[in-house]
Amino acid sequence: MPLIAGMSVLLGCQFLGEILVHGLQLPVPGPVVGMVVLLVGLMINGRVPTGLRTSGEGLLRYLTLLFVPAGVGIMVHFDLIKADFWPIIVTLVVSTALTLAVTAKVMSWLTRSMPRDPRDEWREERP
Amino acid sequence: MPVPALDQLWVYLSASPLLHLLVTLLAFMGASYLNRLLGGTPFLHPVVLTIALIIGFLTLTDTDYATYFEGAQFIHFLLGPATVALAIPLYDYRERVRRMLVPILLSCVAGIVTAVTSAVGVAMLMGASRETVLTLSPKSVTSPIAMGIVEKLGGIPSLAAGMVLITGSLGCALGPVIFRLVRVRDPSVQGFTMGLAAHGFGTAYSFSSIGAVAGAFAGLAMGLTGLLTAFILPPLVHLFGL
Repeated sequence: MPLIAGMSVLLGCQFLGEILVHGLQLPVPGPVVGMVVLLVGLMINGRVPTGLRTSGEGLLRYLTLLFVPAGVGIMVHFDLIKADFWPIIVTLVVSTALTLAVTAKVMSWLTRSMPRDPRDEWREERP
Repeated sequence: MPVPALDQLWVYLSASPLLHLLVTLLAFMGASYLNRLLGGTPFLHPVVLTIALIIGFLTLTDTDYATYFEGAQFIHFLLGPATVALAIPLYDYRERVRRMLVPILLSCVAGIVTAVTSAVGVAMLMGASRETVLTLSPKSVTSPIAMGIVEKLGGIPSLAAGMVLITGSLGCALGPVIFRLVRVRDPSVQGFTMGLAAHGFGTAYSFSSIGAVAGAFAGLAMGLTGLLTAFILPPLVHLFGL
């Protein structure tokens, strides 16, 4: 039963999110608002119920599988991709590399004076 | 007459959602196995391989995407609750997040602005169509959120999902090289960066190749990036006159 309760919490938050998005005309997808609803709920509750953790982490563990059905939809757009092939490839490579470099640089600069968390020490030797 | 019977069976099976649901799961397992055989190369991400296998199968059996999606929608539907579930890692690291709130928020905004402006800018310079530019704009965001954003902007949600996937596998391949180039070693920074630039793929990569803290920071970055991008992206894209 806890698994079902956990799943119900996730679907319930998504449902609330959808209602809020439609009611308030928010420019955000419903599940994103559902995520905020759940976060607020967890803050109030003070802990993650076991069933919710099991179902939530189960879903997150297989997150990449959940992308597959939408990803297969790329086959419908082969003509569009062919038409814009080079712009798409160059954009994805350049933009991804830039995003990685800028984010890593900005964050390491902003945290340079922060005390290290002792729990992190073990991972230091990794490249 | 076994031949027409088999034929009828195929007609029956391919019309039920069961077949394509099964095909999706089998292709995913097969692709994961194949990727392991190839030494877990980031250039052939299991999900990209899964999609290629399924497209091959659908082309061979002359099935259209709408028919396939009848079955696959059961898996697709779970993206909603999975997005909601991103609140759990966020909650788990709330103390750390509170302590590092300013650096986290500033780097997240810097990362999102870089991701969106570079994607839109490069795509426009390369002469992509308006639809393609809009579809590429949220490429660093996990696909349920990216699809929602693109739908609201007037791009093509299912194509956006494909762009997001390619970005994810590119991020896993480029990440280690970029970290060496910019000399960033801190695992929490590496994880955060991977989650921001390469969403779920970067998060999975951080957990498996950098460590638990990196994984948690990646999950945090993925959730936060999705949330903030949904608000930052539309006005940012309008700056480009789109």
